[in-house]
Amino acid sequence: MKRLLAIAILAFALTLSTAAFAIDPLPFQNTAQRDRFQHLTRELRCMVCQDESLLASNADFAKQLRRQIFDMMQQGKSDQEIKDWLVARYSTFILYDPPLAPSTIALWFGTPAILLAGGIVVAVVLRRRARPAHAIAEEPGEDW
Amino acid sequence: MNEVARKPIGRFVPLVVFALMVAFFVVGLVWNQSHDARFVPSPLINKPAPDFRLPRLDRPTDFVTRADLLGKPYLLNVFASWCFACGDEHPVLMAYRDKFGIPLIGYDYKDTPHDAQAWLQRHGDPYHEVITDQSGDTAINFGVYGAPETYLIDAQGIIRYKHIGPLTPDVIAKELEPKIRALEQGT
Repeated sequence: MKRLLAIAILAFALTLSTAAFAIDPLPFQNTAQRDRFQHLTRELRCMVCQDESLLASNADFAKQLRRQIFDMMQQGKSDQEIKDWLVARYSTFILYDPPLAPSTIALWFGTPAILLAGGIVVAVVLRRRARPAHAIAEEPGEDW
Repeated sequence: MNEVARKPIGRFVPLVVFALMVAFFVVGLVWNQSHDARFVPSPLINKPAPDFRLPRLDRPTDFVTRADLLGKPYLLNVFASWCFACGDEHPVLMAYRDKFGIPLIGYDYKDTPHDAQAWLQRHGDPYHEVITDQSGDTAINFGVYGAPETYLIDAQGIIRYKHIGPLTPDVIAKELEPKIRALEQGT
């Protein structure tokens, strides 16, 4: 029974690991190139199955683009050249890391701006509360 | 807290913050429902259509190039026999092919000529001519990522409009036809 359970768990773990990467038999020259390929395609969005990266997706579209990216690597293209080539066709939407542009200012700075605004509010409230120190002494029932 | 609460304006701060948050959520909800996030605007709009050289479906030894189609505006409709949504779009194309006023070119995407021909025979052929891209490599240059997609290309070979997903009478009336008319008026 224990043995059966172990086999079941192992089988489950194996299906998980194959689901994590869509494997193509791409003939990489060396492991460094393969690592570079995996790093690059992980940063790219599969357009048809949008919450997956090009690396992870099994969609036909992703397979084809992986092949295309592989070919461009063999031609000695840099990561930036490959990204530019894709953006020219599929817009910056294909990049998981959005570039800094007028349309993405809110995205890049919105959260820090809100955090900063919150910090200022907290600072102002704390300072106001700290000023009338005698008021707190007069109200011992207040525990904050 | 007492300090703030005692002032009449300070009392409304939480309400204002809450109202702001509600406004954000409502805008987010409405915006998300008003468009399909899968349909990404093409960076190729108002740019020259990519060069291509693709065989005709009916005569595979004849090739059609971008240059062959220059001189008059045309519609390029990406379809495939395996594409489910293309079946939804097909009757619309049949009904509108003569109403567009410009040629409708079929772009058979990642399909076998045999399947495509059988599909057109069964459902009818709305196209003035059909070119085939079996590998789908040329389609990458067009930024195709899912059939059906429709491009409006002007006489100078510049992409003026792109629709992703099936064309519907509504889309044609509201988006496509005004664009075609604008091209005809030379604007």
